[in-house]
Amino acid sequence: MPLKLEILTPERRVYEDEVDMVIAPGSEGYLGILPNHAPLITELASGELRVKKGSTEQILAVFGGLMDVRDNRVSVLTEAAENSDEIDDQRAQAARENAQKALAVAVASTDPAAEARARASLERALVRLRVSERKRRRL
Amino acid sequence: MQLVAASKMRRAQALTLASRPFEERLRTILDDLAPHADPEASPLLAHRPAERTLVIHVTTDRGLVGPMNVNLLRQTLRLAGEQKATSFIAVGRKGITALRRAHQTVVAEFANISDRPTTVDTNPIARIAMEEFVAGRVDRVYLAFTKFVNLLRQVPTTIRILPLVPEDEDIDQLKPVQYIFEPDPRTVLERVLPRLVELAVYQAILESKASQYSAQMVAMRNATEAAGDLIADFTLQANKARQTRITKEMLEIASGAEALSKA
Repeated sequence: MPLKLEILTPERRVYEDEVDMVIAPGSEGYLGILPNHAPLITELASGELRVKKGSTEQILAVFGGLMDVRDNRVSVLTEAAENSDEIDDQRAQAARENAQKALAVAVASTDPAAEARARASLERALVRLRVSERKRRRL
Repeated sequence: MQLVAASKMRRAQALTLASRPFEERLRTILDDLAPHADPEASPLLAHRPAERTLVIHVTTDRGLVGPMNVNLLRQTLRLAGEQKATSFIAVGRKGITALRRAHQTVVAEFANISDRPTTVDTNPIARIAMEEFVAGRVDRVYLAFTKFVNLLRQVPTTIRILPLVPEDEDIDQLKPVQYIFEPDPRTVLERVLPRLVELAVYQAILESKASQYSAQMVAMRNATEAAGDLIADFTLQANKARQTRITKEMLEIASGAEALSKA
């Protein structure tokens, strides 16, 4: 009995397939969902979402959101999700450097809004890098 | 321009459809949550007597869209007339100027929303509305936009987005499922509710974009057809005038020749 996994953002449906296992970045730590899991609703942190299907494993970056597990149906609702194939390593690298600079500026000028924005984009860049790194090691 | 509007309309429509599954799932999560979380838990659910109303009025930035913006404005002002006190968030340049001209209280203005809007563009609008509501400055928040039905039909629509739960919703009808909540129902609720409000605003803007471009497309087609008719009319007139001139010249030559031969 496989799991039906659906990853949705307000803009599009990122992923929809039957899978064997989902490992998600819950707000309280990573959690693995196997078939016949008890109904669960959890907040997600930003991080890597791993999807196992047969002998293949796919990694996606998700940025916060919610996960709903019920009747072998896993719905991930997130602001943004990216397949590891879609991630451009160099761009993420550049984004990280930019975010670090922006963060330094924001901290220096004690602008809390800019600091929060910079922290958020730094976190996004780091998640992207982590996901693409993991993918590279596997190949 | 008719063709440009057509392709933009199709894109806006596709985006609207693409956001529906997200909303549906979010609503089911809310339904599953309802029996577990105290409705008083979130300030977004607070049901107060309707003293002050906030209307998010979504219009286009540019004209050439037929009566779309005017119809929506008329409906919004009618709604405002029924309320005790109303303030506005104006989205789109047409609405901004129209509401100013109507001497309405506008708490925030948003113009130049991208044609490919993302929640990054639209969430600030929802956030201001939520802040106003949570701070108790308004008791109801409505969203006024032009709903896209099809190419020829766009309907001015008003929906209530805050407080979130309908006044007479029957929670007992929902079958509670034994859920595990992480970290706890209240935190999850606090995550779900703002998303729903943001999503409603995002979708209204997409609908409005789709309406805008279909109205623009129809307006452009009418203009093209009208121009075609004018060209046909003028061509006919010009030909007639030319014919008259030629006939007149021929007559002159003929009568001149006749006069010469008589002489």
